[in-house]
Amino acid sequence: MKYVVLIYSNPTTWEEMPAAERDRALGVHFKLIKELTESGELLRVDGLNDPMATKTIRARGGVPVVTDGPFGEAKEFLAGVWAIDVESLDRALEIAAPVAEYDTVEVRSLMDLSGMEM
Amino acid sequence: MTEASIEDLLRELSPQVLAALTRRFGSFDAAEDALQEALLAAATQWPDQGVPDNPRGWLITVASRRLTDQLRTDLARARREAAVAALLPPIELIAPAADEDLPSEADDTLTLLFLCCHPALSAASQVALTLRAVGGLTTAQIAQAFFVPEATMAQRISRAKQSIKSAGARFDMPPDAERAERLRVVLHVLYLIFNEGYTASSGSELQRQDLTAEAIRIARDLRRLLPEDGEVAGLLALMLLTDARRPARTTPDGSLVPLAEQDRGLWQRDSIDEGVALISETLARARLGPYQLQAAIAAVHDEAARAEDTDWREIVALYELLNGLAPNPMVTLNRAVAVAMVEGPRAGLDLLATLDEDERMAGHHRLDAVRAHLLEMAGDRDGARDSYRRAARRTTSVPERRYLERRADRLSGDQASGERAARERAAGDR
Repeated sequence: MKYVVLIYSNPTTWEEMPAAERDRALGVHFKLIKELTESGELLRVDGLNDPMATKTIRARGGVPVVTDGPFGEAKEFLAGVWAIDVESLDRALEIAAPVAEYDTVEVRSLMDLSGMEM
Repeated sequence: MTEASIEDLLRELSPQVLAALTRRFGSFDAAEDALQEALLAAATQWPDQGVPDNPRGWLITVASRRLTDQLRTDLARARREAAVAALLPPIELIAPAADEDLPSEADDTLTLLFLCCHPALSAASQVALTLRAVGGLTTAQIAQAFFVPEATMAQRISRAKQSIKSAGARFDMPPDAERAERLRVVLHVLYLIFNEGYTASSGSELQRQDLTAEAIRIARDLRRLLPEDGEVAGLLALMLLTDARRPARTTPDGSLVPLAEQDRGLWQRDSIDEGVALISETLARARLGPYQLQAAIAAVHDEAARAEDTDWREIVALYELLNGLAPNPMVTLNRAVAVAMVEGPRAGLDLLATLDEDERMAGHHRLDAVRAHLLEMAGDRDGARDSYRRAARRTTSVPERRYLERRADRLSGDQASGERAARERAAGDR
């Protein structure tokens, strides 16, 4: 089953962290990515740039309006997206847990184009 | 020989060659890599230069040469080349003569299947390795069929081969005591491969439908090797009887058509005939098993000329047998539909209610979808609509969601929009 692991992060948390702790926490991510690559469970990994560089666009009534910065008042922003293909939801959650040490992580299943007639 | 028939030949030979190499060199993973290179060489050279007189011997020779080179390289790396190279037999001795007394191809294919479906591997790895080693598909083809990057699939296959190695699995038939359980795994892997192809819903996924053909091909091989086994025959019959309906199960735009509404004229008659003959013959002589019962149920559906001719009493009886033999919530779900057709929707809904506390079914869209269908039969439009909508939100399948939303729309309280849609459909038909 295919899932995306969406990592929501508060940039301040990471900025204020002691460098050694940041290295350790990121090390956990890198180690996990390596393991998932080797097990054939990882489809892709993407990191997202700082929310400062975000543009938000809305085109209500056909008129596009572009604003700087993410919409909403959230303190946590999407920082990383991992796509995985695993045996079960439990396995997906097991993968997500170590990533959720400082961040909030969503595990979402992906839609696919196969289907059973009912 | 055309390229297509060369491809067929290579796929037929590849498990035999792989088995011979593994037997000779002892290392399944190295043999598998060498075979891939030999297949590539054959696929590029044979169309121009013609197929050699002994294609199997040719492949074994080329792959053996590659394996010998590899062994030499490995040894060189260990700085022992000079001392050990002398011990390696020359290539001429490794390459077999044309009619060497290899073990029978039959035993080899079976041994390979058991190895690829080794219990130390995850289901995904068993599937991938079986398709590559027994099916002769390339990593790229398998990756495409499962919508994963080629690198991911390559890694999965290589991990699977490592696991086989570290589990200490040898290229031997499993001991008799383990045989039945190991065969069960093999059948399950073939069924997974079949379903992966069968549930494909649109033209853009044509390559996935090859998986259906591949699963049937391997199941046919398996049946030839184990003609006495009822479940092997049952699985093959189930695949044939299910696959027969494939042309009718989707519309050209990929929408799903439920069994009751399928154009039965599109069903593949020859697959049905073969499946029915096979399951009838098997039920008459073999020990009953779950695949045989599922095939028997598929046969009852396939033999009804119209949906309303379906012998639901027979289907209920078969599901009850299946429930006794291999009870699981999916069986109960399907049994509820059959019971509803015989005794009315309320009886089906009562049976369905027994699944509400089953955590294996918690939040499963099929439970909501079946409940919606039975509520609709019972005339509870609101309840049915809510259940269809819940099922639509819970499925991870795009075509299932579309189908379920349409069913819900049809029951929508908004009569005007329903009538408008009907008018538009009628206009579209003209």
